[in-house]
Amino acid sequence: MAAVQETIERVKALDVSEYKYGFFTDIEADKAPKGLNEKIVRFISAKKNEPEWLTGWRLEAYRRWVTMREPNWARVSYPPIDYQELYYYSAPKTALGPKSLDEVDPELLKTYEKLGIPLNEQAILAGVEGAGSDGRIAVDAVFDSVSVFTTFKAELAKAGVIFCPISEAVQTHPELVRKYLGSVVPPTDNFFATLNSAVFTDGSFVYVPPGVRCPMELSTYFRINERNTGQFERTLIIADKGAYVSYLEGCTAPRRDENQLHAAVVELIALDDAEIKYSTVQNWYPGDSEGKGGVFNFVTKRGDCRGANSKISWTQVETGSAITWKYPSCILRGDNSRGEFYSIAISNGYQQVDSGTKMIHLGKNTTSRVISKGIAAGNSQNTYRGQISSHRKATGARNFTNCDSLLIGNDCGAHTVPYIESRNPSTQFEHEATTSKISEDQLFYCMQRGLSAEEATALIVNGFVRDVLQQLPMEFAVEAQKLIAVSLEGSVG
Amino acid sequence: MLEVKNLNVAIGERQILNDLSLSVAPGEIAAIMGPNGSGKSTLAYVIAGKQEYEVLSGEVLLNGENVLELSPDERAAKGLFLAFQYPVEIPGVATMTFLKTALNAQRKQRGEEELTIPEFMKRVKKAGEMLDIKPDMLKRALNVGFSGGEKKRMDIMQMALLEPSFAILDETDSGLDIDAVRIVAQGVNALRSPGRGFLIITHYPRLLDHIVPDTVHVMAGGRIVRSGGKELADELEKTGYREYAGESEELV
Repeated sequence: MAAVQETIERVKALDVSEYKYGFFTDIEADKAPKGLNEKIVRFISAKKNEPEWLTGWRLEAYRRWVTMREPNWARVSYPPIDYQELYYYSAPKTALGPKSLDEVDPELLKTYEKLGIPLNEQAILAGVEGAGSDGRIAVDAVFDSVSVFTTFKAELAKAGVIFCPISEAVQTHPELVRKYLGSVVPPTDNFFATLNSAVFTDGSFVYVPPGVRCPMELSTYFRINERNTGQFERTLIIADKGAYVSYLEGCTAPRRDENQLHAAVVELIALDDAEIKYSTVQNWYPGDSEGKGGVFNFVTKRGDCRGANSKISWTQVETGSAITWKYPSCILRGDNSRGEFYSIAISNGYQQVDSGTKMIHLGKNTTSRVISKGIAAGNSQNTYRGQISSHRKATGARNFTNCDSLLIGNDCGAHTVPYIESRNPSTQFEHEATTSKISEDQLFYCMQRGLSAEEATALIVNGFVRDVLQQLPMEFAVEAQKLIAVSLEGSVG
Repeated sequence: MLEVKNLNVAIGERQILNDLSLSVAPGEIAAIMGPNGSGKSTLAYVIAGKQEYEVLSGEVLLNGENVLELSPDERAAKGLFLAFQYPVEIPGVATMTFLKTALNAQRKQRGEEELTIPEFMKRVKKAGEMLDIKPDMLKRALNVGFSGGEKKRMDIMQMALLEPSFAILDETDSGLDIDAVRIVAQGVNALRSPGRGFLIITHYPRLLDHIVPDTVHVMAGGRIVRSGGKELADELEKTGYREYAGESEELV
């Protein structure tokens, strides 16, 4: 089969190092010494003027962490990480309280410009002057570890929505932070979450008061920039009774020689009748064509449907990182609550993805839906790992899981590892899974009608992931579609 | 205009086309008939550029240009169209999206502007009406859950939309009932024009009652063994392929 052979050749020739967003911004960093110990934890806490309870919280996490071991059950392999070789705090020097864009380091603005982030004066002016709030996105941009700019704050404040860096929330709304921080992902949860609890530097905080529908999509862009800097974001989103919020997260990172560790924690809390929609487009540096470099993405994301009739929905498009270890989950605690997980995970080159979700049914008549689309190309390995469980008191729990894998070429792998645990006889869990390859017949058919090999692949893949793309907010759907095409460039002959 | 000159084609160790030559003039409808395994579909695939075949020697000229070195999409942009014996399904891709992507991809290759949405819709409507394709069908994923007849009509609709200078129909009538054959034939007849050539590959003579060919070639053992006019098809209807069968088995 000559055609298949050519496909393989092309995939081999694929140069992942042509990473579109691989550039490095030269900004002086204000960093703590290398390594991790109690002093560093105290240093980070002191840098942020944190109250004593939070310093204690961090230290407790740190002491726990030194007794823990890195998890090894995921289908990923990487050389051992020397945690004493990393920096745990770095912030762009100019980020200490810019009052206007003039005070923001121009290098920083240039970086954002290259990424197409609309964080410039014109965009803000246009946003302010535009009538109504339709189509506007508030950007809380995180550069390395410190949020440097927050837009649309005033309008959000008018609605009573709090959207700010979590370090700021610690100062301005300590009662909310103290009440909810670690209540979904406890500091003892897992190796990476515990590490994050000890050393998290910044992230976003959102609180939507009772009955309020957040007037705009909230958005944040993360970047990793400083050499050997671990990134430890902490995001906390609370939708109070009857509130609604949609949060978008998008990431790109500059190219790097050494692996970069990223261990974020995201906690979502939905009270009675509240709804949270959390969408991610992740495009971190995946490593070069030999699999060297690239971001290690070890993330703990969990939502708690704490109130009755609440709903949490995760949507993710994962195309980047050398290693992805990520399972956005829902605890369906409130009666009639609902959890959703929609995922597109694309791996190419030597990327390794182990991702999926957990739907933990605790309340009565809880429902969940999982749609996962994995696409593996090149020499990559793509694993779906999902757990669906119902508690013995969770009468009427229902889940539907659909898990499809698509292979491009002959050197990649797709794996599905579902764990289904039902402890209540009224539980109804459904699981569907398929694995397929893009067929030469499909490619030839499309090409006979005039599409190039790459156009044909992108079209077929976009068709494959359509169910998930439809879940993304409009602003992201277009970006995601482009990203899919870019991620698969050169993967087919 | 299509010219095939001394074409030798193999798949693996097996030679399928054996010094085949064929010429179809602009505006001409040529039919190729022959027993199963005579190499008819291989000829169609090789002309369109499917990769698994090895061209040992020979030429395929489309409007005077040798296209054997071109990729399938480049050949398509030069005006070559193949209606498939088994049109493939593309899950999740709305038929309308596919039509638009294909048409604009060809236009782009030819250095033409993309069509405006209203102009595109106008053309789709016209082609759809001719082939009895309801707007509802265009919203469904391409060929997914389509009946055999719907798939074939969709392929001919694409031909109408893409307006090729040369079209090959590979057993478009297979698996169709008589009404579907009639609709497909009407579509093809409507596209007959002085500049457009057709190569109709069929196993059964009945399609040629609806699309009347200018020339009929009988293929066996990977080559053209007999050529004539429409009367040759009528003769085959009576005698069948028995006298060519031996030749077929020898080589295939």
